[in-house]
Amino acid sequence: MSGSQTLRGWLLTDAPTSRRHARLASLYKGWLSLRSNTMAMFGLGILVLLLLTAAFAPVLAPYSWLAQDLGNRLQPLGTEGHLLGTDSLGRDILSRLIYGSRITLYIVALVALIAPIVGLLVGTVAGYAGGWVDVVLMRTTDIFLAFPRLVLALAFVAALGAGIENAVLAISLTAWPPYARIARAETLTIRSSDYIAAIRLQGAGPLRIITKHIWPLCISSLIVRVTLDMAGIILAAAGLGFLGLGAQPPSPEWGAMISEGRRFILDHWWVATMPGLAIFTVSLAFNLLGDGLRDLLDPKDGGQ
Amino acid sequence: MALTDNSGERRPRAPFAPRVLAFAKATALTLGSIAVTMLGLVFITFVIGRVMPIDPVLSIVGEQASRATYDAAYEQLGLDKPLFVQFLYYLWDVVRGDFGVSLLNARPVAEDIARVFPATLELATFGVLIGVIAGIPLGVIAAVKRGSWIDQIARVVALVGYSMPIFWLGLMGLLIFYGILGWVGGPGRLDIFYMDIVPTRTGLILVDAALAGNWDVFRNAFSHLILPGTLLGYFSLAYISRMTRSFMLEQLSAEYVTTARVKGMSERAVIWRHAFRNIRVQLITVIALSYANLLEGSVLTEIIFSWPGIGSYITTALLSADMNAVLGGTVVVGMVFIVLNILSDLLYRVFDPRSK
Amino acid sequence: MNAFNRLLTSAAIGLAVAVSAGSATFAETPANMLVIAHRIDDITTLDPAESFEFAGSDVSRNIYQKLVNFDPNDLEAGYQPEIAESWDVGEDGATITFTIRDDLTFHSGNPVRPEDVVFSLRRAVILNKTPSFILTQFGFTAENVEETITSDGNTVTITTDKPYATSFVLNCLTATIGGIVDMETVMANEVDGDMGNTWLKTNSAGSGAYKLVNWRPNESVTLESNPDFYLGAPAMERVVVRHVIESASQRLLLERGDIDIARNLNPEDVAGASSVDGVKIVDELKGRLMYVSLNQKHPELSKPEVRQAFKYLVDYEGMKNSFLNGQYTIHQNFLPQTYLGASDEAPFTLDIERARELLASAGVEGLEIEVGVREAQERIEIAQSLQNALAQVGVTMNITVGTAKQILSRYRARELDVYLGAWGPDYPDPQTNAGTFAYNPDNSDEAQATGLLAWRNSWDTGGLTEKVEAAVTENDRDARAQMYEEIQAQFRETSPFVVMFQQIEQSAMQDNVTDFSTGQAITAASYWQVTK
Repeated sequence: MSGSQTLRGWLLTDAPTSRRHARLASLYKGWLSLRSNTMAMFGLGILVLLLLTAAFAPVLAPYSWLAQDLGNRLQPLGTEGHLLGTDSLGRDILSRLIYGSRITLYIVALVALIAPIVGLLVGTVAGYAGGWVDVVLMRTTDIFLAFPRLVLALAFVAALGAGIENAVLAISLTAWPPYARIARAETLTIRSSDYIAAIRLQGAGPLRIITKHIWPLCISSLIVRVTLDMAGIILAAAGLGFLGLGAQPPSPEWGAMISEGRRFILDHWWVATMPGLAIFTVSLAFNLLGDGLRDLLDPKDGGQ
Repeated sequence: MALTDNSGERRPRAPFAPRVLAFAKATALTLGSIAVTMLGLVFITFVIGRVMPIDPVLSIVGEQASRATYDAAYEQLGLDKPLFVQFLYYLWDVVRGDFGVSLLNARPVAEDIARVFPATLELATFGVLIGVIAGIPLGVIAAVKRGSWIDQIARVVALVGYSMPIFWLGLMGLLIFYGILGWVGGPGRLDIFYMDIVPTRTGLILVDAALAGNWDVFRNAFSHLILPGTLLGYFSLAYISRMTRSFMLEQLSAEYVTTARVKGMSERAVIWRHAFRNIRVQLITVIALSYANLLEGSVLTEIIFSWPGIGSYITTALLSADMNAVLGGTVVVGMVFIVLNILSDLLYRVFDPRSK
Repeated sequence: MNAFNRLLTSAAIGLAVAVSAGSATFAETPANMLVIAHRIDDITTLDPAESFEFAGSDVSRNIYQKLVNFDPNDLEAGYQPEIAESWDVGEDGATITFTIRDDLTFHSGNPVRPEDVVFSLRRAVILNKTPSFILTQFGFTAENVEETITSDGNTVTITTDKPYATSFVLNCLTATIGGIVDMETVMANEVDGDMGNTWLKTNSAGSGAYKLVNWRPNESVTLESNPDFYLGAPAMERVVVRHVIESASQRLLLERGDIDIARNLNPEDVAGASSVDGVKIVDELKGRLMYVSLNQKHPELSKPEVRQAFKYLVDYEGMKNSFLNGQYTIHQNFLPQTYLGASDEAPFTLDIERARELLASAGVEGLEIEVGVREAQERIEIAQSLQNALAQVGVTMNITVGTAKQILSRYRARELDVYLGAWGPDYPDPQTNAGTFAYNPDNSDEAQATGLLAWRNSWDTGGLTEKVEAAVTENDRDARAQMYEEIQAQFRETSPFVVMFQQIEQSAMQDNVTDFSTGQAITAASYWQVTK
């Protein structure tokens, strides 16, 4: 107890003793104010649950996600042994949802890694270099923005073949331009600041300035944006799955599960609704968390 | 986004003649960048179409075709020419407003688009209207009463909108409001008996019916539009209300608002006459973006509601390698996006207090 | 969460009463109008010389008359006189002379003359579009049609390159490509020597029960009745076929009374709709077969024991009774039931042990293969069921789902290990399937016989090719049927094709609709005999 008290005191200090100390302290303060936001904490809680579910899927799932039983198909909710019922091939929906959480996390992680980083690279380089580099990069961004996102994603998947990796790449391909614009706008403001000028005078090269000084400053607004976009990404992946271009059978990807189940929506509504609910819950969690993070990090929102 | 970056910046006023010059230069630049964007758009779509492993010839001749039939169709499409030559041919046609003939149904693509785009336009306009009419007041109130229960409800409504898989909501809505309650029209734009009654002038059935003075058709079309329109409107509302709230908060914490309040101005006047006035420009951008997204055509909504719009048109075409149709559709959607960009830019200039 | 919970609760309550509600608020379609919900996105053209898709054949059958045709109320009777009132077969067995009725008129008012018949058939051969093989397999070419398809007085004579079974020739003339068009109207709309092809894609010039009002791709086809139709003006004065993709949407439309017939309900929706008052389900056996085929280029899949093993690894009964319920029946031969010579032998059942032994005797271990399947839910489920059975004998099968075009491209290029798909007959004669499943005169890659299923699977047919050739020219009906039975017996045991199911089309319709027919296994849907 007292140890943690001390730690708390150390973290809440007004006079940090080192750079690391300062950073940790500010993180902790952020955490405290995030913690006071119940909705954001609710979202975070769901995401932690999702992580745990994915990690312990084999322990949690009552059945294999592959086990078929044609004689026992389309069982309703609350059936003995099948809490959430069974699907068209008699597979346990709960088990499939649990394993499907891994795929959802995989999609989310991959897109979150690709799109913002591409956007950050393009945006900061364009913003920092200016001139024709800026023109070329931003024209390209515009082209991708003006492109119907759906066509781009569909075309990409159709070209490379359906599959979860390609779906992720396709979504990333359509998701990066907004990040590039944000990053560029931030870079433009930062670039002309005295602080960067001072660093430049000290002899830092552009590479160093971009990676060490501009990127860290862009990151907070990107994180907010990514978290808020996550729901859209999950839904987009589900949409591709719905059109049969996402995860391939028998994969328990949630969007594909909705797509399979929508045939029975009038009489066996739970088959499509349970994965729909799962997608909804996770999307909502990301949104709640993102909203909280925005209040915290985005100065535009005025702060508390 | 594309719409805003520096269009609102204050520029020093120059004497008249150079100003005209500057204006001409700016116009030329804008037109140039539009042209470049369009060219890039056409080029990328074209490349996608050609590298896709779906065989357009097979789409036309079918599974059972003999080799000779296949080869004849292959040559007829000009696929035996080098890729670059094919692109130039295509570009030349597009410049003249000719998108070619759909490989699938043998009609001019321009004709097809003139048929499907109004369907999407009608749906998107309805959706964005709902988004604006309901979303903006909701956002303003949420900002003014920050932290109150109404703010929380607005937040939940918006976030639920962000998080809901539309194909699930669409099917459920159809089941409840059409299947069970019978309050709204079913899939499609009109009941069969109302089809082909009013002459097609604009392709927007509501407008056509009103022009013809046929209110039965109007009512029927409206009953079909309301469910998918409201669904899309909900998603647009979610976005617009969140952005409105965010913009309003920024204004309300500004000093001039405090000043106005101190001066004893009524809260109503503070909110609407001052704070809201200042976010109009940003809102235009947001609305334009939301509208542009809807105009791309929501494929999933269109499929579920059998709505013959441009989203499902492009998708169908893409999946059967009808590249003329895909290219045509993409160019039109891209063009709409760019036009909306320019329009919102113009409005921005008109409304922006700083540019006066 | 609140709004969502409420919605969910109301949805659940709503669903509980879904079946009982409805009839009170029934709308009704007009008495002289037939409204059908169907997937019609496969229509690419309505020119009978070019049209080759299911939905297109439906339209064409109602617009164009043929020399001989089927009576929708008595399909078992086989082809009947239509434009031809009678025919004679020449002594050489290679010429058929048709006598043309003199009291028929086109929708334009022009009389139907022998010249129109000759023009239509020659045109189909000269245009050389996809379905042209149905005619050109008799030796007609663009160069020889002047001599081989001719008219004289009130007769039309066709001369084939060698004697064929007459039933084979006449069956082929009942296909869509046998539709007779109005020469004057068509040629008045000719552009750049296309024989009116561009115009006919979206217009009609026939003499059948209906004429085309309009076709809006992916939206609807509207037909208007021909009051002068030779069998009497159809009761349904207007027919609208509306494109509705989702089965659930079709069912809702039907239950609300906004349509008369729903043609694409899945088994669950059929079950649901059948319990609604005022809705009936009509089953018709169709010609479409669902099969799995093994590429014989694959070193393991080409072993006879492996081919045999696959036939024991399909859960025929399980699938038929679950997700295919009511829409497919077990069928293990390449000729669909109701076809001349069709066999109903079905010796294979799911037998994991047997399959395991067969694979062991072939020395197959740790086999990993890829199956290509089109984006269609029932096929994907069949694939998953097969995958499940294969896993039990240690074979890993990866499923690749793609659009129809993607998968077909690879299948035609002989690239897939395993293909799972459907085959529908092109004309109602056994040759249509025998000539593709069991016929492959040149199995080399260079032959590029992409239209032949045997070639696509690199199968040399083990001598069946010659037997198929012999059967086409046999004019004795019983002897011909016997020949096909023998071919099927050998095919069943040795071929790399696992024929699994034959389709049953279930149309759900309002109780008052009578005599609607989708044409069973031999032809397309017809509307003129429908009443309500």
